[in-house]
Amino acid sequence: MSAPPLEIHDMTVAYHRKPVLWDIDLTVPEGKLIGILGPNGAGKSTLIKSVLELMPLASGKVTFYGQPYARQRHLVGYVPQRESVDWDFPVTALDVVTMGTYGQLGWFRRPGAAQHEAAGRCLAQVGLEPLARRQIRQLSGGQQQRVFLARALAQNAQIYFMDEPFAGVDAATEQAIIGLLQRLREGGKTVLVVHHDLQTVREYFDHVILLNMRLIAAGPTASTFTTENLNRTYGGRLTVLDQAAEAVRRGDRRQ
Amino acid sequence: MNYLTTIVLLGTSALGSVAGVLGSFALLRRRALMGDLLSHAALPGLCLAFLVMGQRHFAGMLLGALLTGLAGVVLITIVCRFTRTREDAALGIVLSTFFGAGIVLSSIIQHRPDGGAKAGLESYIYGQAVGMNRQDLYLIAGVSLAALSIVAMLFKEFKVLSFDPGFARAQGWPTWTLDMAMMGTLALVTVIGLPAVGVVLMAAMLILPGATARFWTDRLGPMLLLAGLIGGATGGFGTLLSAGVVKQWLGFDPLRFGDTESNLPTGPVIVLSGTALFLFSVFFAPQRGVLARLWSEMRLRRKIGRENLLRTLYELSEPALASPAEISIDQLLRRRAWSRPRAHWLLWRATRSGLVAWGPGGARLTQPGVAEAARLVRAHRLWELFLIRGAHIAPDHVDRDADAIEHLLTPELLGQLQTDLAAAGVAAVQIPPSPHDLSRPDLSASTEPDEEPPRV
Repeated sequence: MSAPPLEIHDMTVAYHRKPVLWDIDLTVPEGKLIGILGPNGAGKSTLIKSVLELMPLASGKVTFYGQPYARQRHLVGYVPQRESVDWDFPVTALDVVTMGTYGQLGWFRRPGAAQHEAAGRCLAQVGLEPLARRQIRQLSGGQQQRVFLARALAQNAQIYFMDEPFAGVDAATEQAIIGLLQRLREGGKTVLVVHHDLQTVREYFDHVILLNMRLIAAGPTASTFTTENLNRTYGGRLTVLDQAAEAVRRGDRRQ
Repeated sequence: MNYLTTIVLLGTSALGSVAGVLGSFALLRRRALMGDLLSHAALPGLCLAFLVMGQRHFAGMLLGALLTGLAGVVLITIVCRFTRTREDAALGIVLSTFFGAGIVLSSIIQHRPDGGAKAGLESYIYGQAVGMNRQDLYLIAGVSLAALSIVAMLFKEFKVLSFDPGFARAQGWPTWTLDMAMMGTLALVTVIGLPAVGVVLMAAMLILPGATARFWTDRLGPMLLLAGLIGGATGGFGTLLSAGVVKQWLGFDPLRFGDTESNLPTGPVIVLSGTALFLFSVFFAPQRGVLARLWSEMRLRRKIGRENLLRTLYELSEPALASPAEISIDQLLRRRAWSRPRAHWLLWRATRSGLVAWGPGGARLTQPGVAEAARLVRAHRLWELFLIRGAHIAPDHVDRDADAIEHLLTPELLGQLQTDLAAAGVAAVQIPPSPHDLSRPDLSASTEPDEEPPRV
């Protein structure tokens, strides 16, 4: 597997004929923890959804390890935004995680003992094994997020896309999630995370992708997460800028 | 029970069952009204098919119904996509337009000189299960079997599609095709049910069993199974009730409609039976039912009352815990905003469980009572300390906030609190002293949820 996990060439994505992402050119290195950053409406989620073919491309080409997505689905894991589903749906935590194995099962085959066992192991990895039989409404927001994470683990992928896994979770859950992501990276996986909190960027991510409808910058956090790049990404948003400046200042001091 | 009634009974049971299963999916996908649209939009199709074939041909007319029903669905998608009309509005518009067209067409047919009145179209509007014959039953049985097989085969696929379509698609499932298979099957079932239940009431056959089943289970498989059973049972029961069979069994008329010759319309009776079962579930289902929720709310209230009583007694006798003094009700009432009867009731309950000894001189904590109260006071004060240090709430405001949450703290969380506080320099004593003045009346009692208990 010499080809990079993800390559995007000249990708443009439009929504209702209004372009949301322009000419994205991006190569994602293997085995890194990568933050996707940008203001609201910058197209962070759209980037994930369009490379996973959940939204049509207006133009461009996306390859996973040198092949189109349709041939590499088994290598890709996905954590959608938590609000995207109905948590009152009649399934247990274990049911949801088992869905991660459906892709490997293929048509008509029902999940059996092996799949449920695998799903149970993934739940254990996020610390939710005792709650496996709970209906998902009865879980806290952070627990629901971890169920989604466990489902992606059950996909047993090489590259993971996570859409705001830290949204609405408490600090302890955030720590647990970031620990899990770091373990994934130690296992040689590539993890892309849509992230909002600029304060934690340096602490969490090896690489960053700065996005605001165009690709502003992408690369190692140390050289890419700079005041200048953040300025270009967030434009005139003052409060965000203050935050960013503070984050950068603290980062510089640490080095 | 005669032969004709048996045919109708089998037909409506099969219909109710399969409609319940498919309707459950529609319900979970928040498309409960899709069945309503399909059935209303089917009416013009029935009429057009009759006009084309010139005679009443069951299968042919159902094909027509299916086609216009699906055309209605497609039209909604188009209207939503290209005209900025919201889905609910589009549904209302398309549904009534098709139904109106159907009514106009059927009245044209009925007034034709060549015996259009025999088309029996009016029976499709309100349904006429008694008209069912052996061929109809075979068709219903065939479609039901096919529909249930599709659901059984694609259970896993339908499950992930219904729960999280985006994830399903990313995983490689052809969600559009699966969706079409699901909705197509739903349309087929709807159309097959029209002659028996009618355009207007078909939606209830689809929605009621699933909505009822959801009250009793938290898992998809059991929910579908239960919806099928409920649909089949109400279909069969409604038929028997309307055909007067129940009346014969009982020896009297439970509905008291007098005239033994006139049967009630089957479709509406089926729907009303389903509604009865739904209402029963609304009230009596465990966990989700109204009574179960009231019960758990009451238990929470009782628990909070008991804990507040013990804590207040503890704090009033804190100077001499080894031999707690007797506390009068007036002393208690100065500290908590209870009514006198409520204080009496709480004391009576606590006495009965051996935590309090209550005599003419007042109430006193027993040894088990002191132990239990100590546990509660510890929770309260740890939380107060945490709020003062962690949330920077002023000491004279903290009591009320702690009151709202302390009843819900778990032992693990308390352990964690103690560790955190110890790390922050608060000595890890078993029961920390109160961080605020205890002599002042405790107005926090107003947070005691006689009105509104904290949501769990």
